[in-house]
Amino acid sequence: MDFLNAAAAFANFVLVPGFSYGSQLALGALGVTLVYAVLRFANFAHGDTMAFGGMTAVFGTWWLQSRGIDLGPLPTTLIALPFSIVATIGLVLLVDRLIYRHYRRVKAPLVTFVIVSFGVMLVVNGLVRLIIGPDQQRFADGERFIVSAREFKSLTGLQEGLAFKTTQGITIVAAVVLMAMLFWFLNRTRTGKSMRAYSDNEDLALLSGINPEKVVALCWIIAGGLTAVAGVLYGLDKIFKPFTYFQLLLPIFAAAVVGGMGNPIGAVAGGYLVAFSEIGITYAFKKVVNHLLPQAWEAQGLLQLLSTEYKFAVSFVMLVIVLLLRPTGLFRGRAF
Amino acid sequence: MTGRDRLCFAAAIGLIVVAGFVQSWNTAFAILNFALISAILSLGINIQWGYAGLFNIGAAGFVALGGFAVVIVSVPPVEEAWRAGGVRVLLALLIGLATVLTAIFVWGRLRPGRIRTISVVALLCTGLWVYRWLFDPAVSAIESVNPAGTGFLGGLGLPVLLAWPVGGLLAAAAAFVIGKIALGLRSDYLAIATLGIAEVIIALLKHEDWLTRGVKNVAGLPRPVPYEVDLQRTDWFANLANRLDVELAGFSSIFVKLCYTAILLAVLISLLILCERALKSPWGRMMRAIRENETAAEAMGKDVKRRHLHVFMLGSAVCGIAGAMVTTLDGQFTPAAYQPLRFTFLIWVMVIVGGSGNNWGAVLGGIVIWFFWIEVETLGHLLLDAATVWMSPDSPVRLHLMDSAAHMRNLTMGLVLLLVMRFRPRGIIPER
Repeated sequence: MDFLNAAAAFANFVLVPGFSYGSQLALGALGVTLVYAVLRFANFAHGDTMAFGGMTAVFGTWWLQSRGIDLGPLPTTLIALPFSIVATIGLVLLVDRLIYRHYRRVKAPLVTFVIVSFGVMLVVNGLVRLIIGPDQQRFADGERFIVSAREFKSLTGLQEGLAFKTTQGITIVAAVVLMAMLFWFLNRTRTGKSMRAYSDNEDLALLSGINPEKVVALCWIIAGGLTAVAGVLYGLDKIFKPFTYFQLLLPIFAAAVVGGMGNPIGAVAGGYLVAFSEIGITYAFKKVVNHLLPQAWEAQGLLQLLSTEYKFAVSFVMLVIVLLLRPTGLFRGRAF
Repeated sequence: MTGRDRLCFAAAIGLIVVAGFVQSWNTAFAILNFALISAILSLGINIQWGYAGLFNIGAAGFVALGGFAVVIVSVPPVEEAWRAGGVRVLLALLIGLATVLTAIFVWGRLRPGRIRTISVVALLCTGLWVYRWLFDPAVSAIESVNPAGTGFLGGLGLPVLLAWPVGGLLAAAAAFVIGKIALGLRSDYLAIATLGIAEVIIALLKHEDWLTRGVKNVAGLPRPVPYEVDLQRTDWFANLANRLDVELAGFSSIFVKLCYTAILLAVLISLLILCERALKSPWGRMMRAIRENETAAEAMGKDVKRRHLHVFMLGSAVCGIAGAMVTTLDGQFTPAAYQPLRFTFLIWVMVIVGGSGNNWGAVLGGIVIWFFWIEVETLGHLLLDAATVWMSPDSPVRLHLMDSAAHMRNLTMGLVLLLVMRFRPRGIIPER
């Protein structure tokens, strides 16, 4: 029985990756859920907008690198991030102005918005492929690890290593800071309150003099910023490849629905819940369990519930269970 | 069909004829065949969305199931693999199914509370353990039988055309399960759920090597039409080519495509007749009434949930048939090819552009959009060439743009969808 080694292995393979992946999903789900709360439709263009944000950061990073600018141990992308946020916000505002605003004016049924978002998804997807191509791009630089597995081993004398990548650290810190800012804004400022009021009851909000177009624009600005950050962080931590962002759509939607569509706290909780379930269910627990059990009882199999190819199935199953048992999500979103 | 509609169809066929003259007839018939299949797919989505307003964006999954049907129906069985672990795998699957059904039964029978939760969880865990104990060794035994050549169970070795209805049945069965779960949710939730089921189906087909060979693909599927090489050897065919004064090899390939065209056209026309009759029958009127106002239809005594389930299964079955046709035409099963953008969202563009709720519209949309999907690459190349002709031939911008002409497809399709939604939301041939 070796509790410390088991804990190190668990943290290395489940906790740390779960927290960073969960932060990425939570940021993505926050964007989806905000658009849903204010505009009331599920935005299928979200994944590809994340890819757009990632792409602008890749170009920004390359430009900075060509100028010889870097941040030392931190990735250069952090300097390019503001540029990427502005570009993505510009894109979503332009899309809203050119496309969605018309359907708000004619009071189109909500399903129309969803179909239109398919069109936006295809256009943004095409743009990204046209500009940067479908291949994967690596743009992370700087120090790779905060603590590498070998350093951890020599530091603690344990058998199991615990690696903590710089990108994981940045992801978690950025997500926590952004979420704190968002909740402060929504709960404490006048503009944030007007946004929540509009989301809760459109007619009452209009009566009390809230300008709907302003709320919608604000919603796109916040959602666009979050989308860009989520896209950049995911690309930085894993790899930038346009197609993977489309695939992220499912776990992101799952996170938003599990937490309760339209509820920001739910989106955050859902993001971490989906990430930990995905990683926990597809992780082979053999190593962890074998550290805990006496030698004689050693587990023979991998102790893996589901192979990693099916990680998307996990988010799907969670989605289905929540839809069946509690369609409004864990935190009571505004479905139905 | 009004005169205007006929004109639209004539124009669509005209486009393909132009491609025949400009490019080659081989290309034109290849486009036509896939255009016919696209029309069938588009009919399937139209049944769900146009008739009943059901929001299915999992078409790729149902198409993939249709393709899988071709494998299990037409590929000859791999006897050695069956001996190695076939029975054991089937037993494992039966136990898995029995576990789930018992769990559902117990969940329904017991009263809510801790006892119910504990017993259902215990049941599922035991079932999972027994299933894995039977399943895992059998799978590795099957996959180790000649992995380079087979490594899977194979199929039933039946005629390949039989796979088309089987594909429809498989898709309908999957639609039954997902429909039971997800129908009755609000429309965008249904959309998300169907997107998910499609991903799961495709992941299964990609990774269950013992069943489908996974990403190793199943090539050399049997065909319902003769092979070019065999045709070239027969006397009557050589005589025919001689009399028509055409080159033998090229003619044989066009002849094979024509055979496919005949079969596909027969299926499309019979489906179209069925759809037209269904839409104009009391059943069709009821479906549209439900679409327009569910509450009113329910008040008139219509069982909305049941109707939705039926129409969902029907539409998915049509998608499954089309999926089996795609795989038959390709001659190989490639699970990695089932991209949602290509097999789901493109079909949606077809339905919306053609005119949702109108069968003729859906068919027209299928043909036109497929034509442009194929030709955008050529046209985009010409266009970019013309636009950048003033740059020096080795300028990096020009080279990059020429390279990326291949990626204009999604952009164009998205723009087409957005423009149609904005300026002609009811499509080219609107619902009447």
